[in-house]
Amino acid sequence: MSTATPATGTADTLAVRRAIASTARPPRPGRLSTALTFGWRGMLKVKHVPEQLLDVTVTPVMFVLMFTYLFGGAIAGSTAAYLQYILPGMLVMSVLFTTVYSGVSLNTDLTKGVVDRFRSLPIWRPAPLLGSLLGDSVRYVVAGTVIIVLGLVLGYRPEGGAPGALAALALVVVFSFGLSWVFSVLGLLMRSPNAVMNAGFMAIFPLTFLSNVFVDPSTLPGPLAAFVDVNPISILATASRSLMSGAPDAGAITISLVVAAALALVFLPLTTRLYRSR
Amino acid sequence: MTAHAPLAIEATALARSFGSTRAVDGVDLAVPAGAIYGVLGPNGAGKTTTIRMLATLIEPDSGSARVLGHDIVTESDAVRGLVSLTGQLASVDEELTGRENLVLLGRLLGLGRSAARTRADELLEAFGIAEASGRLVKNFSGGMRRRLDIAASIVVTPELMFLDEPTTGLDPRSRNQVWEIARALAAEGTTILLCTQYLEEADQLADGIAVIDRGRVIAEGTPGQLKASVGTGALHVRLLDAGCRVDAARLLEGVVGPVVLEPDPAALSASCSDADRAATGVAELSRAGFGIAEFSLAQPSLDEVFLALTGHLTEESDRTPEEQAS
Repeated sequence: MSTATPATGTADTLAVRRAIASTARPPRPGRLSTALTFGWRGMLKVKHVPEQLLDVTVTPVMFVLMFTYLFGGAIAGSTAAYLQYILPGMLVMSVLFTTVYSGVSLNTDLTKGVVDRFRSLPIWRPAPLLGSLLGDSVRYVVAGTVIIVLGLVLGYRPEGGAPGALAALALVVVFSFGLSWVFSVLGLLMRSPNAVMNAGFMAIFPLTFLSNVFVDPSTLPGPLAAFVDVNPISILATASRSLMSGAPDAGAITISLVVAAALALVFLPLTTRLYRSR
Repeated sequence: MTAHAPLAIEATALARSFGSTRAVDGVDLAVPAGAIYGVLGPNGAGKTTTIRMLATLIEPDSGSARVLGHDIVTESDAVRGLVSLTGQLASVDEELTGRENLVLLGRLLGLGRSAARTRADELLEAFGIAEASGRLVKNFSGGMRRRLDIAASIVVTPELMFLDEPTTGLDPRSRNQVWEIARALAAEGTTILLCTQYLEEADQLADGIAVIDRGRVIAEGTPGQLKASVGTGALHVRLLDAGCRVDAARLLEGVVGPVVLEPDPAALSASCSDADRAATGVAELSRAGFGIAEFSLAQPSLDEVFLALTGHLTEESDRTPEEQAS
């Protein structure tokens, strides 16, 4: 039978006892304060793992460059004209890709066991989920800004000016808040962060391509055009384009917001329920 | 500890299934306040599921439990306000620094910004991880991570702490540190429910032990009572020639009782109630011409407790029943 031997650099038993004895339980924090604390956690993650931002911006940047200079001339007659068409769509694509990471980071928390810690705390239960939105929104804004700045550098000029570009960014970010709950549900159901990533991109990649982000659907065969027309990503791209060009399409904007609200309405409660029971 | 001490945990017929697996199959527990209570069993016995139910992470399918006087289902929020959980996976955020983890929990538990920082630094210092406090937790060693995990559980000192296999995978020094911390917690009045697969750990720390197997409590008592029920120890014999092990087992069985063939093809062991009998067993083997490479009389292992209590080995050990000498 061995007894614990004090070793150097170990926990100091006296200090441990002092630390244990010294606390009185403070009053519980409010809901908003709790959610904001989780928001702070999200920000810290962005700070400590900036590669995440790199991951989500590199692909859209590559796409902008590739499509503009490789296909732009063939599709739109000139690269400049194509850039003018594709950039608002690339803004949509770039930010929507980022939403997959909401699911990935949630799944990472689950596999690491930190969710168990949060769930065992006496806190408002949706707080961890709502708080993570704050960190997510930083990612969305960064991803969107990178594309807009890249566009400006390449010669894109929004007719709607800075207000138009900012309004488009805001709309896309708000839409992403809705969509991110879909991936959060995926994040709670799947087994590993990688599986969430694969499934997420498997869904969002084709949906983005089967939209008007890259080409005007008027040249597409009938059934495909019909799908592209009702694809929410097309509608969001149309709305984003209209805002950036200074001629807001109220219909597309409204539909985009309604779709975002509907996604949140269905998937947010589902996320909360799964988070609680898993 | 008296029989009338108030109970920190009172569980009656707790049960929970996952699909067709009955992970916990009617567990009764009575844990006195202020004690370290060990739940001992192999992987898959239902320990973690039991803890997760008591910590209100999952709800039982049937049965009920009160933790510190509150029902775990209808008053789960009140339970969460009094307990802390240190899970089997270190429940800390790997992508944050050690200090940030503790500040985060302090804020979530209601400490102000500066109070949370002060508390974090105090704990980092006390737990010997102050130097690493600015490092991301994913770069922590296993022992440091475990200590941070426990520190995270006492940012506000809980009335009751769940420690789920706190030393699995730790080196002996880190293990001793974790034991020291657990003892210090208990000395300050925190009740600890300790899940472990090591009898030695339960023996070192726990005032009372429940042995759990296949989702049920199969024995309860103090470490002393438990060991007495198994025998004071186990006789381990390693033969020079693995080929004659079965014959040696048969002979030894006649002297000391049921013999277990160990994974080592030349080794066998038998639970044994007294040293004299063990000595006789070894002497008999020697006289019969079995060459003995080494032998020892050791504390009962969990395997032996299990064999004695259930007649079968822990399911996690890689032995089939046919391999047990009959």
